[in-house]
Amino acid sequence: MRVLGISGSLRRESHNTRLLRAAAELLPPPVGFELFEGLKGVPPYDEDDDGDLAPVGARRLREAIAAADAVLIATPEYNHSIPGQLKNALDWASRPFLENVLRNKPVAVIGASTGNYGAIWAQAEVRKVLSAIGARVVDAELPVGAAEQAFSGIRLADEVLHAGLAQILDELVAAVAERQPLAA
Amino acid sequence: MTTVQAETTIPTGVWRSDPVHSHAGFSVRHMVVATFRGSFADFDVTLANRDGAPSLYGAVRTESVQVADENLKGHLLSPEFFDSERFPEITFTSTGIRADGGQLVVDGELTIKGTTKPVEVRGHINGPAAHPAGGERLGIDLETQVDRTDFGLNWNAPMPRGGVAVENEVTLTIHLELAKEED
Repeated sequence: MRVLGISGSLRRESHNTRLLRAAAELLPPPVGFELFEGLKGVPPYDEDDDGDLAPVGARRLREAIAAADAVLIATPEYNHSIPGQLKNALDWASRPFLENVLRNKPVAVIGASTGNYGAIWAQAEVRKVLSAIGARVVDAELPVGAAEQAFSGIRLADEVLHAGLAQILDELVAAVAERQPLAA
Repeated sequence: MTTVQAETTIPTGVWRSDPVHSHAGFSVRHMVVATFRGSFADFDVTLANRDGAPSLYGAVRTESVQVADENLKGHLLSPEFFDSERFPEITFTSTGIRADGGQLVVDGELTIKGTTKPVEVRGHINGPAAHPAGGERLGIDLETQVDRTDFGLNWNAPMPRGGVAVENEVTLTIHLELAKEED
C-alpha cells in the first residue's frame, strides 16, 4: 500500500510539507509514502488544454494520484480558505469527472498554520471539495496551530496532536482496506 | 381488478418482477420548491407465498441509478450518496404482510448504504390476470417515506436565500408487474 502526500504549500521550509514528513514516519510498515513534488508545475486549469494532451504537470499529478492507494493532503490556510495552487490541482485531478483519479480514493486532510487555528477552515473546505469530486474522505481533521513551534525533530511535539495524526493515518489505511464491496 | 382484503388473499406461488414493465423510483424536494425524481434501471423483486406465509424481497443495484445528467449520476454513486463501490445494493426484506382497509401494508427492513431500518410500505395489489402469451401477472404498487440521513446519505448545501438544496425526506415508489413462476 502506498500513500501519496500533497502539500498545499510551495515554499521550501513549508510547515505543511514538514507535517507530511512527520506523517510518513507514523505510517505502519509496509505502507509506503511518496511526497508529490510537482505542485508548482501544475498550470492553471484550462479546459482547452485538457484531454489526452493535458500539460505534463497535470498529467504527473493525475498519474501520481492514480498510482497511490490513498492520498494525504496537508493544507495551509490563505484568507480562511484553500491555497489557490492546491485548489487548482484538485480541479485538474477531478477531470474527467466520472473517471477522475480521486473517485472513491481514500483521502485524509490535515493542516498547519502559524496562527492559532491550524488551518481548520481550509481543511474543511478541502474535504468539501474532495467529497464533491467523489473521493472517499476521512471525516477527521488535524489543526496544527503555531506551526513554527509545533515540531520536535521529525515529529509533532504535542502528544495529543501526535496521537491525532496517528489516528487519522489509521483511518486512512483502514479506508483502503474497506474499499471492497460489503453486504448491502 | 381485485384488492387484497387479507393476507391470505395474496395469490399463492412465487412471483418475480418483470424488468421491462416495472419501475423503481424516488422523489425528493429540490431547490426548496421543486420535486426531483430519479429511478433505478436494475432491480428485482420476488413475492413468495407458500403455505400461506407470504414474503416480499427486493434488491436494487445502486450503480443503475438513472438521472438525466451523468455528472449528477457520478455524484449519486460517490461516497457522499449511495457509495456504490462499497454498497452495490439496496435491499428490502419483508417481516410481515397485511391488509389495512383497502391497502396492502408490508412491514420490512430496508437496507441502504449498510444501514438497516424498519419501514412500513403501503400500496395496492391487483390481480392476478392472465397474460395473453400464457401465465399469470400480478400488479403491486408500493410507497414509503424515509429520512435519507438515517442511512448516511447526508450531503446538502444551504441555499443563499434560505432552505437547502435537497430535503432529507425521500419518497420511494415501486410499481411492479410480477410474473408467476411455473410450479
